[in-house]
Amino acid sequence: MRRERLRVTASEPVGPYTLLRVGRGALDAGLPGQFFMLEAPGRLLPRPMSLCLGTSSELAFLIDPIGPGTRALCSLGRGDELHVLGPLGNGFDLDVARPLLVGGGIGVAPLPYLSAALGTPPALLGFRSERHAEAAALVPNAEVCIEPTYVTELLPEEPNDVLACGPEAMLVALRALVPDAQLAWEAPMACGYGACHGCAVELGGELRRLCLEGPVLRRRARRELVAVSN
Amino acid sequence: MLSATKSPLLLNASGCLDALATPDIARSLDGFVTKTITPEPREGNPPVRIAETDAGMLNSIGLANPGRERFLAETLPRLRGLEQPIWVSVGGFTAAEYAETCAALDGCDGVAAVELNLSCPNVDEAPEGAAEIVAACRAVTSLPLYAKLSPVWDLAEVARAVEAAGADGLSLVNTMRGLALDPETLRPRLATGGGGYSGPALKPIALAAVYACAGAVELPIVGMGGVRSGLDVLELIAAGATTVALGTILFSDPGAGARVRSELASQVAERDITSLSDLHRAAHSSLQMAGSSSDNRR
Repeated sequence: MRRERLRVTASEPVGPYTLLRVGRGALDAGLPGQFFMLEAPGRLLPRPMSLCLGTSSELAFLIDPIGPGTRALCSLGRGDELHVLGPLGNGFDLDVARPLLVGGGIGVAPLPYLSAALGTPPALLGFRSERHAEAAALVPNAEVCIEPTYVTELLPEEPNDVLACGPEAMLVALRALVPDAQLAWEAPMACGYGACHGCAVELGGELRRLCLEGPVLRRRARRELVAVSN
Repeated sequence: MLSATKSPLLLNASGCLDALATPDIARSLDGFVTKTITPEPREGNPPVRIAETDAGMLNSIGLANPGRERFLAETLPRLRGLEQPIWVSVGGFTAAEYAETCAALDGCDGVAAVELNLSCPNVDEAPEGAAEIVAACRAVTSLPLYAKLSPVWDLAEVARAVEAAGADGLSLVNTMRGLALDPETLRPRLATGGGGYSGPALKPIALAAVYACAGAVELPIVGMGGVRSGLDVLELIAAGATTVALGTILFSDPGAGARVRSELASQVAERDITSLSDLHRAAHSSLQMAGSSSDNRR
């Protein structure tokens, strides 16, 4: 668990979102689906963000300015500094034969890094508006739909290895259609490393910490991925 | 560094650290306080459990813990592996429940002290009188007993009562009950409605509690509430704390233990003192430092 003070190299608008690029320092970029705790300037608690893009010199996070912390992150400019802790949690299992990436809204955030790791497999992305859909440009080989069409309507008859991130309703619908899907969930977190027990979610009938058990979960029990409850 | 006592300098606030998940943090302190242990397992409160506010955070974890038996059989042996003094936070809903856990801990290797959580704001059932619980526990254990008190009580009075009942120290303060509403729905952001309020907003309240109790009893005091810096630690020591616990700051800065120690060393070096103990209870001194009494400009 490593925490460093990193410098912002760029802040780019992507539709209503902001792509925040920071120098990587000595942090490991981690696996796709893992997350980092980003210091939100002026706020008490850091914010969990999955890695959107990672290179040897840079980490990038796609951020939706929906509250005081994310707005503070989106207002950072080149040269500003912030503490970053990570990578944290369990990412996607990349040992998949026929990957299909599925993303909804700001849930596309981890998909560019995931797509690069898997050799740009096909992706299905859903957004609430054309403006939000500008984020689709970050994900290669993507088919895009806008509400009232949902990504679940674009799923092939027999989707094989679904790896998805998006709003809870989308994940719940996907779980029903593709029981073995790897799904990246979200919960409010204070620490991100297992201390606070704030991010409890129900897994297999028990409340468990999403930061340690997830954020990527799948129904089929594996040592590192806990079964999702019905 | 407070050489006049054998108290550790830095602990964590109970509930803020899962030492097994983050052994590095536990080792960065002079000992660690466990999450509160109750006789029966508790799953804790339903999510959403935390919410940040402008000057602090709310939590409603709800004393999630494996229960006494599993703690003793599984957790405690693993905690011993950290080779740090273990303070076990004990909770319950009757004096007998507290006492049963204290009796079970008596004589356990590695357990340095018991902190009686007399004031969790996240459980509905109010514990019986603090002094009654302390007396029941005193009767069954020789372990040092620290009473963790709520800032909403008349603390000087409760402090005297728990001292008379056999407490060896005080832990001041627990969180206060607070409420945050969603700005759009105007409904509570936590599933339980309110929760325990911690963070920087609690610091003046903690200072007042430590100051009041240090003036009322002779017991060692673990001060906590909104500590973020070495100066915050120094202020609690000046108010009368012998030990200081870090809480919410560990969430944003897991390295706060080492940082605070370094800041404290700088504070000692900058001031004309040889050790921190020189400033213990300094706030109670009748000597006024020139210009400090009414300086509002800072």
